[in-house]
Amino acid sequence: MKRVNAVIVGAGAAGGIVAKQLSTAGLSVVLLERGKWYTANDCRKDDLRNQRTTVLGNAFGPEDEGNPRVIVDANNVPRIILPSEGGYQNNAACVGGGTLSYGAMAWRYMPQDFRMKSTYGAPEGSSLEDWPISYDDLEPYYDKAEYEIGVSGDYSGTPFHGPRSRPLPMPPLPANREFQILEPAAKRLGLHPFHIPMARNSVPYNGRGPCMRCRFCVGFACEVDAKNGSQNTVLPTALATGNCELRIESFAQQVLTDDRGRATGVAYIDANGHLQQQPADIVIVSACAIESARLLLNSKSRLYPSGLGNRYDQVGRNLQGHHYTGAVGYFNFDTYDDVGPGASIAVADYNHGTPGLHGGGAICNEFIRLPIQMVDRLPANTPRWGLAHKQAMRANYKRTIAVMGPTQQIPSADARVTLDPSVTDKWGTPAARISGNVHPHTFDIGLVQAKRAEAWLKEAGAVGTAINAGRPTIVSSGQHQAGTCRMGTDPKASVVDRTCRLHDVDNVFVIDSSVHVTNGGFNPALTIMAVAYFASQSLASNWKGTGFRS
Amino acid sequence: MPPDTKSIPLTRRQFVVAGAIGSAAALIGCKTGREGNWEFFSEDESQTLTVLCDQIIPADDYPSASQAGVLTYIDRQLKRHYRRHQPAYREGLAHTETLSTTHFGQLPAVLTPPQQLELVTALAQQDPAFFSLVRTHTMEGYYGSPRHGGNRDAVSWRMLGLGAPPVLGRSQYDLEKGSAS
Repeated sequence: MKRVNAVIVGAGAAGGIVAKQLSTAGLSVVLLERGKWYTANDCRKDDLRNQRTTVLGNAFGPEDEGNPRVIVDANNVPRIILPSEGGYQNNAACVGGGTLSYGAMAWRYMPQDFRMKSTYGAPEGSSLEDWPISYDDLEPYYDKAEYEIGVSGDYSGTPFHGPRSRPLPMPPLPANREFQILEPAAKRLGLHPFHIPMARNSVPYNGRGPCMRCRFCVGFACEVDAKNGSQNTVLPTALATGNCELRIESFAQQVLTDDRGRATGVAYIDANGHLQQQPADIVIVSACAIESARLLLNSKSRLYPSGLGNRYDQVGRNLQGHHYTGAVGYFNFDTYDDVGPGASIAVADYNHGTPGLHGGGAICNEFIRLPIQMVDRLPANTPRWGLAHKQAMRANYKRTIAVMGPTQQIPSADARVTLDPSVTDKWGTPAARISGNVHPHTFDIGLVQAKRAEAWLKEAGAVGTAINAGRPTIVSSGQHQAGTCRMGTDPKASVVDRTCRLHDVDNVFVIDSSVHVTNGGFNPALTIMAVAYFASQSLASNWKGTGFRS
Repeated sequence: MPPDTKSIPLTRRQFVVAGAIGSAAALIGCKTGREGNWEFFSEDESQTLTVLCDQIIPADDYPSASQAGVLTYIDRQLKRHYRRHQPAYREGLAHTETLSTTHFGQLPAVLTPPQQLELVTALAQQDPAFFSLVRTHTMEGYYGSPRHGGNRDAVSWRMLGLGAPPVLGRSQYDLEKGSAS
């Protein structure tokens, strides 16, 4: 197989950007994606089989057959989990990755989110740490992501954000009814509500039309292609250069290395089930936190007996996501207008600065609700079945508002991805095994956040509320998974340096949420994209044509 | 003089409603219009499951679970995505029938409505795992996409006040078709 400059594993939020940046800089690129290539026509509006409600399977991968993971519960009992089950901690497997079907919230983390340890100190038993890069380092790349991917919204309502070089490229969508109900209530509470930034066209942008505001949003491919992900922005640009070849249904099994310890390419299973080797000068792993760690751990060799980049047993540690908590409010007037995407308003007043708490998170109204999602969200005294349940569905469906938020998790080194000793995928590759939990202080913060959400709903006129703030016993990473290949300056306590290059191997990079030291109190997509632009920039500018400038 | 309705062709919606009434009549007349058509259930099992589903979502101004096609949904999925639940249904329905004959001397389908409620309440206590499974699948069939055989004619969505199809003028797909995964 013809040697290329770079092989990238994973065509998601980060991989798509790296492919575009390298191919437009003149490097030859092969982009491997284990999933399929879906289009807007694959929306299908199937509320039992999408990427959020998966009772009949994942719409955008992976398939249930042949892709198991193992979850170790709090009692140390391992259990095999299928991709469409909740515990699998799935994101997606398709061109575009999570960005094909995500809700598309596109936040910048706050300056404090990059120096959590300096701001708060690390709680005992946690692995809370600062990023080796700052908000200021990333600001130009946040800006680039907002303009190249396309973000709508309006930060002007809140003072709680880092300095910006310019406003977002698109205005927010018009306020839906929940926004109109919640905004004055937040202001009465002295908060600073604002329009959630979304990677979604509110006006024609990048040659595509605006959102048509339907119900089939989060979890679905956008039927009118108004939701912006790598599949409809950077990937077409990368492919148009002629320098980038996208190979779908190609599962990377191992990063190959030579006797001197440098990477020589990637071994993968192609769409026909054949083992192939793609030689390359550099390898970029962008498979999302769990699968990136799994790929490195599976890349064992004589020089790397415990996996690539894992000399100090750091790969797979610090797995995190977000701890979602909040409240549901029940109203005696209609609050729901069925106008997508639903999520529209946020406050960022509670992300930092509460005495006694190591952080917090944004609080937002939830995405539009499918009827099936309402079945178990009725007032607490509702019977679970029978006529009363049916009537409660009717009475409450349009009269509830859910306000939730991604509490920033305090990471722990024990929450980790390893390889299962016996369970393998359909190709015989050892499966990811997920164990441990984030630091328990996370749940204290989550409870406070939920009470704040409840107070907001009450101020907005809720006649009843239900708090939703659990203390999960297993790390909850899911679609927001991050942290498994920590970025840092100390090779013994991190996996990659500030340019996302493995400490151990100078031509292997991990560029995705794996490198997040902490995961902010916001959905991570835009930060994944900004880090991808940042890392690609240093990669491309140090490339001499055959190797790196020393 | 009233208009001659016979000369006005039925709209598609009217036709569907007329068809539903027709098949409801057939159901009353000969117990079922689906005899022998189930992919997984036997005829007796389908009648027992009808009792369970219709207690979980009974009829009021809007159809009951079975009237909205929930059994079709469950039956299809037991041969597709829910193959792993086949033993649970086989055993659970047999258990339900035993419970019924023990307590009432008759199969669930011929009990009076209050007896059926009593039976299902007892089942929910004695076999919570099976009952929860049926409850979950009944909700999916009733409130989920019509394409899988339940929520016939999007009746639950209309009950909740939602338009169907969701965004008028933009429906590229027939919601009732498509691969039942």
